[in-house]
Amino acid sequence: MFDFVSFIPRAVAQGVPLMLGSTGETLTQKSGNLNLGLPGVMYVGAICGVIGSFMYETNTAAESMNGFLAVSIPLICCLAGSLLMGLLYCFLTVTLRANQNVTGLAMTTFGVGFGNFFGGSLIKLTDSEVPSIALSATSGYFKASLPFAGDLGWFGRIFLSYGMLAYVAVAIALSCAFFLRRTRAGLNLRAVGEDPATADAAGIDVTRYKYKATCIGCMIAGLGGLYYVMDYASGVWSNDAFGDRGWLAIALVIFTMWRPGVGIFASILFGGLYILYLFIPTGMDLAVKELYKMLPYLVTIAVLIIVSLRKSRENEPPRHLGLAYFREER
Amino acid sequence: MNNGKVRVPLLHISRRAALPWYKAWGIRAAAIVLALVVCGLITTLLTGEDPIALYLSMLDGAFGTSRRAWVLMQNVAILLCVSLAVTPAFKMRFWNIGGEGQVLVGCLATAACMITLDNVLPNWLLIIVMLAASLIAGGLWGLIPAFFKARWNTNETLFTLMMNYVAIQLVAFFIIIWESPAGSGKVGIINQQSQMGWLPQVGPNRYMLNILTVALLTVAMYVYLKYSKHGYEIAVVGESERTARYVGIKVERVIMRTMIISGALCGIAGFLLVAGTDHTITTTISDNRGFTAVMVSWLAKFSPVFMVFTSFLIEFLGRGASEIATDFGLNEAFGDILTGVILFFIIGCEFFITYKLHFRGFKTRGAAENV
Repeated sequence: MFDFVSFIPRAVAQGVPLMLGSTGETLTQKSGNLNLGLPGVMYVGAICGVIGSFMYETNTAAESMNGFLAVSIPLICCLAGSLLMGLLYCFLTVTLRANQNVTGLAMTTFGVGFGNFFGGSLIKLTDSEVPSIALSATSGYFKASLPFAGDLGWFGRIFLSYGMLAYVAVAIALSCAFFLRRTRAGLNLRAVGEDPATADAAGIDVTRYKYKATCIGCMIAGLGGLYYVMDYASGVWSNDAFGDRGWLAIALVIFTMWRPGVGIFASILFGGLYILYLFIPTGMDLAVKELYKMLPYLVTIAVLIIVSLRKSRENEPPRHLGLAYFREER
Repeated sequence: MNNGKVRVPLLHISRRAALPWYKAWGIRAAAIVLALVVCGLITTLLTGEDPIALYLSMLDGAFGTSRRAWVLMQNVAILLCVSLAVTPAFKMRFWNIGGEGQVLVGCLATAACMITLDNVLPNWLLIIVMLAASLIAGGLWGLIPAFFKARWNTNETLFTLMMNYVAIQLVAFFIIIWESPAGSGKVGIINQQSQMGWLPQVGPNRYMLNILTVALLTVAMYVYLKYSKHGYEIAVVGESERTARYVGIKVERVIMRTMIISGALCGIAGFLLVAGTDHTITTTISDNRGFTAVMVSWLAKFSPVFMVFTSFLIEFLGRGASEIATDFGLNEAFGDILTGVILFFIIGCEFFITYKLHFRGFKTRGAAENV
């Protein structure tokens, strides 16, 4: 019998970074910006949080650490770092109207390099005497789950065993879904993504909406990186460990048809596919496990194809996705 | 109204008609210089070293010894090959960011032939079979997303992206099957004794053949895009699919044909990597060139001739930056940061080539002319 009680919590833990990443990217794409720099943004968010908490942990004695500060310092650093990446992307693509694909790829190069550089040389740069970046104290605060979760058997393990960022992720996804569907600002934002010229004529400030949506989207995605390091990886930074999750988050946006609410389940499903190879008995055959790791990508491809086959109006991407807007060009 | 006063915005942006090429490249050169200054500043802040020493160390890293210069040229050649490969697709507005995967399957096909056929065929025939296999594998990897794009307009950016990871896992699968020595988790040098399937050395250096091949490909791609009927069709489809349909171009066929060519050229890059230099296969053998090539091609405005310069520039900067990193004891990822900064500047400067800024102060005279 397949062990769901141990499988689901791990799938969720894998899924949360994807959920945050895809929620942020959905918001961004709704404004017409296709941000391929998302993997870079998530790396920068993660490493900024690590730098913040590293500074705090090395300068504070373990017993005098304050739980509130230990959580809020990395959180603020992470948000600030990913906000800067968002601003950079907006400045290049919205203000300077650069090609979005190229800007995004350059941001990924930069962001991944930035993460690996500071992850690899933070200890050297700060002359501290620890062997590796292992922020176990901070991670403890991030991972803290409800104290009675352990007493509730399978229910506790499946629903209550996660750190607070996981619940924050769900809350953000739900509020994004509400924002896009049910508020005037959300309607305006969708209008900007569909047809900026019409939105502009209707008196919507296209540039401001694009900037806000992209920057907030990047901050949400950055949290995904933070969750990965602080919760999933228990505060241990290792270079390139975050891997290709950023790209998968972008794929999830399409998988969910730009609906953050659906994204909650889809990202957990993807998280499950990501680790399914650990749960399928293949014996000693390591090679076959490598083939199982293809699953999330193959599923994404299948979904891409199915979506394009169905061609329903509601499932179309924002019409102006990937294009810069210049008022004087019609 | 307000005594006839008109409110003039501080800044007004308009599109330039066209900029002579030397001015455009002047702006780009200025951006690169500015980027290098910023990179110097960043490095000085982090290491406290003299910036001049940094630039010297960059030059030394790229050209310091003849070996380094050859390695640099070899890397430029492979990057150029991948960039050439993705270019026809981009001209068609088909965002092929799957160069990475297409190179990898090319590598995989080449390695597969080298491993399984080394005692079956004579060396010259083996090399031909390897080349053909890599062409077919790369072409197929490019054709799959193109087929769905042409038929059902499936999003090609994400499709090609996902194909990269499928290719990576496929390579990982075969690496475990072929691993030697057993348990090492990698494929050692293939056919080390017999050197079966290794490309012969031409001229003074073993990299020479790769460089010559890519030089030929560059000329061929230039001619193909500029003077052939196919090249013209690609340009029309890229500018406007509707126009292309109207004049009777079979858009679906052009998309699929172009992506086969694009993928096959990536396959050649993989062939050159495995048979020409590395003689082994890893999941990271392509070293993100599929992504870097996108930027190289775009920076060169999809012109194969300019791509020689841009791929050289990117490789030189990357090599130089990693030399800085080793010289000053920094993590090697520092090179990526510098490359990123330089790219931001180059990307940003395109704005000043396409558009013109009018400030309020200068406007008083110009306004009358503009009306």
